[in-house]
Amino acid sequence: MALARIDLPPEARRGELVEVRIVIQHPMETGFRRAPQGERVPRNAIHSLVCRYSGIEVFRATLSTGIAANPFLRFFLRATESAELDFWWLDDDEVQGTAKTHLVVSS
Amino acid sequence: MRKYLILAALITCAAEAQNRSGLEFASEEIRRLQASDAENPGMLWVDQGAKLFAQKCASCHASMKGVATRYPAVEDGRIVTLEAKVRHKEAFAYESDELLALTAFIGNQSRGMPIQTKISERDLEKGRAAYYQRRGQMNLACAHCHEQNWGKHLGAETLSQGQPNGYPAYRLEWQKMGSLERRIRACMFGLHAELPAYGSDAMLELELFLVWRANGLPIETPAVRR
Amino acid sequence: MKRREFIGTLTALAVSPHISTTDPLVYSFTKGRPVQPGRIKLEIPPLAENGHSVAMTVRVDSPMTPSDHVRAVHLIAENNPVRDMAVFYLGAHCPRAEVSSRIRLNGSQRVVAIAELSDGSFWSDAAYVEVREAACTDGG
Repeated sequence: MALARIDLPPEARRGELVEVRIVIQHPMETGFRRAPQGERVPRNAIHSLVCRYSGIEVFRATLSTGIAANPFLRFFLRATESAELDFWWLDDDEVQGTAKTHLVVSS
Repeated sequence: MRKYLILAALITCAAEAQNRSGLEFASEEIRRLQASDAENPGMLWVDQGAKLFAQKCASCHASMKGVATRYPAVEDGRIVTLEAKVRHKEAFAYESDELLALTAFIGNQSRGMPIQTKISERDLEKGRAAYYQRRGQMNLACAHCHEQNWGKHLGAETLSQGQPNGYPAYRLEWQKMGSLERRIRACMFGLHAELPAYGSDAMLELELFLVWRANGLPIETPAVRR
Repeated sequence: MKRREFIGTLTALAVSPHISTTDPLVYSFTKGRPVQPGRIKLEIPPLAENGHSVAMTVRVDSPMTPSDHVRAVHLIAENNPVRDMAVFYLGAHCPRAEVSSRIRLNGSQRVVAIAELSDGSFWSDAAYVEVREAACTDGG
């Protein structure tokens, strides 16, 4: 299961802009690299990622091998209520990954 | 006047002899990545290490703060690295994510603290000799690049002093975390020299010397390097 | 071909200095509609020491309201073996059309960003990145 690090402000006020940053542990293998013995390392990159906040989709991305290894994403959402922020992703090997954290929102 | 000249000369010598971290020779992008825990990919391994430590080590070990500043060390006449200590209970494979995670976590617990290994001149002999020995098809010693020519350019890159204070580090070339031993092997590969095996005597002796040489430099684990 | 269609095609080709709208990758999401320069800003350093990881931010000047917002941003690397790099889907709920990531560049090349707005229009920006080669390929 791939690890991820989600960075959020410790607290946000309702209506405030929130900057979300996530780094996901994943090689984003291009399929062009060669292993020490010379054989090609097959392509395996995260191709789909979805972020939901309080169950509602707030960000979605289609990624490709042009995104650097251990992909980093930074985007914005608007704070509405204290709720879970959960990420889901899928790679070329059809392995799913998830990560979640809690966004604390004060009125 | 003479006193001041001597003092100036001494200061210049000291300044030139001063240890400089690889961070000083790194690009802006690398410095930026290392400075941000939110973006530094190495922190993924530190996180994993924290989890593993809680699961497997916390029952016997308390805080790891300061521990990384004292390794490698010589214990009972043998050179012992942090990797070797971590493997004492469970023999994680070298360069496995688990071993990298644990050593990254332990190193990170000493981030900002100066390396303070206490090693005798006798124990350093072999490693020092290895550092100054020419090797490989290129017939170069570590010292040729990292002592005599640091700061100068090799192609588009600036030669660093080859300091180990950021390891295990996230190297862009590897696109993942890697140990100091891996980095040493990679250097040797560049010289077209024989690669010392992980955990071998040759490797341990060189590591011991490298870290002793870096005494005073703050630990930066997890560093980001090219 | 009718004269109107001909002029339309000419206009479409004329207003995209960044990338051709007949490029199959671009056509796959624009369906031939014109791509105009502007509204979106692609921030990327002109010189990258290392192609493995290059910081990138795209920013679109948009009020992000239900009637006027950014639907998606497409990122294309002209000289990568796989040219499509990412598509970021935003939408009306997104308060700010700004996304950052780190990309991989296989050598010096142009990177193009195309924003698709809620009114169906497309806007582009491009940046040339010079990527330094590593001197010491250590293969390890």
